[in-house]
Amino acid sequence: PSSSPRHDDLKEMLDSNKDSLKLEAMKRIVAMIARGKNASDLFPAVVKNVACKNIEVKKLVYVYLVRYAEEQQDLALLSISTFQRGLKDPNQLIRASALRVLSSIRVTIIVPIMMLAIKEAASDMSPYVRKTAAHAIPKLYSLDPEQKDCLIEVIEKLLADKTTLVAGSVVMAFEEVCPERIDLIHKNYRKLCNLLIDVEEWGQVVIINMLTRYARTQFLNPNMNESLLEEGGGEKAFYGSDNDDDTDDEEDKEEKEKKKTEATAIVKRKPYVMDPDHRLLLRNTKPLLQSRNAAVVMAVAQLYFHLAPKAEVGVIAKALVRLMRSHSEVQYVVLQNVATMSIKRRGMFEPYLKSFYIRSTDPTQIKVLKLEVLTNLANETNISTILREFQDDHFNDKDFVAATIQAIGRCATNIGEVRDTCLNGLVQLLSNRDELVVAESVVVIKKLLQMQPEQHSDIIKHMAKLTDNIQVPMARASILWLIGEYCEHVPKIAPDVLRKMAKTFTNEEDIVKLQIINLAAKLYLTNSKQTKLLTQYVLNLAKYDQNYDIRDRARFIRQLIVPTDKSGALSKYAKKLFLALKPAPVLESPFKDRDHFQLGSLSHLLNAKAGGYQVLPDWPEAAPDPSVRNVEVKESVPEWTKCSSREKRKEKKADKPFYSDSEGESGPTESADSDTASGSESGSGSEESGSGSESEESNEESESASEEDEEEEGKKKKKNVEKIKARKPVPETCLAVHAVFTQPPPLPVSVPQTIIPSGNLKTYELLHRITGEGLSVEYCFSRQPFSPDPHMVAVKIQFTNSATSEAKSLHVEDAKLQSGMRIKEFPEIEVLPAGETVSVVMGIDFCDSTQAANFQLCTHTRKFFVSIQPPVGELMMPIFMTENEFKKEQGQLMGMNEITEKLTLEEKCQGEHAVVQRVTTAANLSRVPCGSDKECRFAGKTVTSGSLVLVSVVTKEDGAAQLTVNCEKMVIGTMLVKDILQALTQ
Amino acid sequence: MIHSLFLVNSSGDIFLEKHWKSVVSRSVCDYFFEAQERASEPENVPPVIPTPHHYLISVLRHRIYFVAVIQSEVPPLFVIEFLHRVVDTFQDYFGVCTEAAIKDNVVVVYELLEEMLDNGFPLATESNILKELIKPPTILRTVVNTITGSTNVGEQLPTGQLSVVPWRRTGVKYTNNEAYFDVVEEIDAIIDKSGSTITAEIQGVIDACVKLTGMPDLTLSFMNPRLLDDVSFHPCVRFKRWEAERILSFIPPDGNFRLLSYHVSSQNLVAIPVYVKHNITFREGSSQGRFELTLGPKQTMGKGVEAVLVSSQLPRGVLNTNLNPTQGTYTFDPVTKLLSWDVGKINPQKLPSLKGSMSLQAGASKPDENPTINIQFKIQQSALSGLKVNRLDMYGEKYKPFKGIKYMTKAGKFQALLSN
Repeated sequence: PSSSPRHDDLKEMLDSNKDSLKLEAMKRIVAMIARGKNASDLFPAVVKNVACKNIEVKKLVYVYLVRYAEEQQDLALLSISTFQRGLKDPNQLIRASALRVLSSIRVTIIVPIMMLAIKEAASDMSPYVRKTAAHAIPKLYSLDPEQKDCLIEVIEKLLADKTTLVAGSVVMAFEEVCPERIDLIHKNYRKLCNLLIDVEEWGQVVIINMLTRYARTQFLNPNMNESLLEEGGGEKAFYGSDNDDDTDDEEDKEEKEKKKTEATAIVKRKPYVMDPDHRLLLRNTKPLLQSRNAAVVMAVAQLYFHLAPKAEVGVIAKALVRLMRSHSEVQYVVLQNVATMSIKRRGMFEPYLKSFYIRSTDPTQIKVLKLEVLTNLANETNISTILREFQDDHFNDKDFVAATIQAIGRCATNIGEVRDTCLNGLVQLLSNRDELVVAESVVVIKKLLQMQPEQHSDIIKHMAKLTDNIQVPMARASILWLIGEYCEHVPKIAPDVLRKMAKTFTNEEDIVKLQIINLAAKLYLTNSKQTKLLTQYVLNLAKYDQNYDIRDRARFIRQLIVPTDKSGALSKYAKKLFLALKPAPVLESPFKDRDHFQLGSLSHLLNAKAGGYQVLPDWPEAAPDPSVRNVEVKESVPEWTKCSSREKRKEKKADKPFYSDSEGESGPTESADSDTASGSESGSGSEESGSGSESEESNEESESASEEDEEEEGKKKKKNVEKIKARKPVPETCLAVHAVFTQPPPLPVSVPQTIIPSGNLKTYELLHRITGEGLSVEYCFSRQPFSPDPHMVAVKIQFTNSATSEAKSLHVEDAKLQSGMRIKEFPEIEVLPAGETVSVVMGIDFCDSTQAANFQLCTHTRKFFVSIQPPVGELMMPIFMTENEFKKEQGQLMGMNEITEKLTLEEKCQGEHAVVQRVTTAANLSRVPCGSDKECRFAGKTVTSGSLVLVSVVTKEDGAAQLTVNCEKMVIGTMLVKDILQALTQ
Repeated sequence: MIHSLFLVNSSGDIFLEKHWKSVVSRSVCDYFFEAQERASEPENVPPVIPTPHHYLISVLRHRIYFVAVIQSEVPPLFVIEFLHRVVDTFQDYFGVCTEAAIKDNVVVVYELLEEMLDNGFPLATESNILKELIKPPTILRTVVNTITGSTNVGEQLPTGQLSVVPWRRTGVKYTNNEAYFDVVEEIDAIIDKSGSTITAEIQGVIDACVKLTGMPDLTLSFMNPRLLDDVSFHPCVRFKRWEAERILSFIPPDGNFRLLSYHVSSQNLVAIPVYVKHNITFREGSSQGRFELTLGPKQTMGKGVEAVLVSSQLPRGVLNTNLNPTQGTYTFDPVTKLLSWDVGKINPQKLPSLKGSMSLQAGASKPDENPTINIQFKIQQSALSGLKVNRLDMYGEKYKPFKGIKYMTKAGKFQALLSN
């Protein structure tokens, strides 16, 4: 169109022989792109210059090419050969830049070329080219996700790279392509920890965040002893089961192992000792709190928050407070995280209270967050300062007023001592000039009064007067509700308020109207003599209201409260319905429980899962094998020790005195002085002696006697890996499972909800060895999501062939199912050699019933009728909920959907931990966080219909307890109560 | 990671866009504009805005919004820090970071952005490396370039990226080798009417300008390193050495850089260098008010207080003022009600003061706002916290460099309250 003549002249310039003309043309084209103007019609003319000698022209052509290649795929292919040539250039920088541009061209047809180029570059001798290869991996992955498996191979190779230049980029690629493959990190863990300090800033952030997740899957909770102090029950159970084992025969070792895993519903606990690798991570990240880069500081802070022992978390406070002096955007993000942290670890920020004082120049969103933090930090000693801070003239910022008043309300509910002071302050605000201030105060006062209404009838009276002036609907509605609710405290005023309201009814907002009806109903029930006519009048008005909710409410209330001959059974309960005691609302921070998102993440900031967010797993109950991180030592010294030795190296006049580790091609420098280092390393290891063996054992889930313990420790020190392997039957089974599964086995990361380790799962017999003629079959409910169909329960079936001949073609046939039930059979097992064991997984949709699924299990010769009947607890799967959600859902599942039982807890089962253990063993539920330690809550949903299942156990003195189950499906609820009762009392 | 970047000016126009992955339509910014409209002040736009398919993370600097488009999980600070780094780089290159400067240098801007991110992940953000790749524009070079047709892009390949010290370019050569360090402290304080300190804290930085040949390895030690307990470092500083010996040991970047920044909080006693005596009264019913203000030096360690500038936002009820300064010049803007008094240097023998009357709106009630006084000043050759450099040594090179250390104190947010 109009611009085409100009484009013609650009084309001419591009075709000329003069570089200066070409450059001028390219500059103008890039300026067009920058302004968002379309320059795609110049593609042929530009691409011709891809091999131009002038570097700037060439670079600008690259910019153009990457921008438009997607739209002009065919023409873009013309340029590919130039880059392919570049990939072979002797200069590493040219190789890198060719790969960079080539991998940025989003044209599917060149995927194989890219793949090849990446693979080659990954083994390039230049670390810079290898870094570029790491960058190219996510590009190719987003272009063609099918390449995932090949790319993982490249990532694995690059993860082993020892240069700092590559480390950040490859972890970035790992996070984008295969964050679930935690197993790839094991061997590189220590190296990454030690390189970290020399990696460039951006890479540090990515690595630290990834290692946080890694540590959560591999180490034990350093704070677990605190939660265990109260419970003694678990310990006893452990010794009990141990005694049993002692009587067993030596030969029966495998049997014994299995028995143990069955018997121990309670995982063994020992005094906590930190894994040296866990310590290594904490030690090596700490100096980065001094980084100039806010993202690095935040990354270390979240790592400490999620991984460090309680006593050590405090170090991050100062660094975070320092970030508060940075740009307001940085402040905003930091405050969000401080708000979450200050709920869990208040003491940490208390010394910095002043840093959270609000400045009149702060942007509103910063003010609100500071207020949030101050509220969280409030306690008896500092509350007066904080309240003064709240009252200081911050009321000129409209958006901020509401937040301040709410904060005062929260302080009042949390700290009993100042409740009256706060209330008085708020009542004073009722005479403020600004209506918004008054309205917000009313709403908060309403909540506060609910806690102790009898003492404050004068305030209620005061508020009744306000109805004449205040216009904000929410405030009016709150006042009316208050008067209705506590009409007995203000018997004279209440009818008068109703009279006034009846007058203005038609002009009120809907929420106010609803409350007028409410008020009328309550007054009618308590004081019908005075208010009968008024109520009738109001109900008549409401009957013809435009809003159907109001008409509906009026009709409903009339039926309920006005006695007629036809009035239903409910009307005699009307008084109970309306004047029931209502629990006071809990005013709590919106940041409560937000730490289930990894701090510092976008998801945490938004309090919603962002795409690509990797769930931060809960600590494992027992630490996985720590020896997976052992690296085979080729030279006499491990390569990961050089950093700690850095301080020992003083002024050396070498070329690379302190920063040696990043030069990739120079292997020798790395181990140059690691002798001293390895010494110090092992020293720290012995400090925390025994930790290795500890976690190892718990992995085996075996309870060894103490002598065995020491022996084990000795072995560990000798790094006798083989011995450890031999003692462990677990890996072999795993291998067998690998062989059968079509997809890789589920990793702990991807299924965080599955709290119970598989060792604790109860196994049932499906086919006995005798009846099965040598083939014995057991099954258990693996509690993993069944990925082919989420509405099915995963059943893990284990075949053991104890016959002398091999069993062939094991499969399922002729399922006889109740209507609605479905089975997803496991893939046929072709051969099971004699003496071998194999596990498979099948899915069964039980339709949320405990009816058995009957089917035939066939071998090549025989057919066996078998049936699987699920315990009710296996028909559900855990879901995550916050305390608030739980309360809300529980409130909606009352009446027939709620079953409550009183019980006396068995001796061994007193204490929070034991209760949690037993309930989660009985039913596949997840724990819901709870403020009180007297109460344990669990939530789940049924697998087929997704109906909520909520369980709460409230413990009292002397083992008395109360079990409440709320479930839409009454049958499930009843059965579940029975099962949990049994679990808790036996 | 970072998908695209849009630069938006204060009137809400997108004047530059850059995409590192496939193109995201600029209509995504509509969500940003909505938030911008809702915000009462420019800085009240939330830094993170979720939209149905993307997330917008923005920073506001020099009245330009830098809006990054994100498609999936990434630490927000990562993006924010990067965007600030972009702004710093622009400032470094063009002297100022304004819409006009960016538009004038759009090609350089584009080249910089291209090098700073690869596929949305930061690649080269060190100013040393970038300057090796893309030369900053200077007037002379622009002239030469137009005549000879040579370019802004470095002819050599960026060897700095391969270096073991990625912040320093290689092959640096100077005829005069010199290293200058500026210790600059800013004091933020709030002083109440009686002259006692409500809060006071010091933000300090050590900015360096190092022009040394080769690969020098420097150590900087302090007389009183214990003052520095809350510090953040340039990546070149060796943490371990600092932790163990309280010595700054580093291979410096070439040219200007910030070596460290530190903070001395009110827990440590902060000396207040100036005091204010004032008396401002409004009488009920009268249309006159009295105004008196005197400044004096307090704890200045014998150094003179210079470049003093006093400003105050007077209450809305004040119509005009009639004041006499003993030195300097004063102005009062009757529209904005901003009083400002350029004092200059404080002479301890003859303290500067500003006295006179204010005329108030007739019949209006006594103004209830409490004006605050903002004071700016400078003290040369002294760092208020008392921080002192002990010595600077160089290893790794044979020549003798010229070394220099300079101290300076400035007022940051230095306020005196006039409330009664």
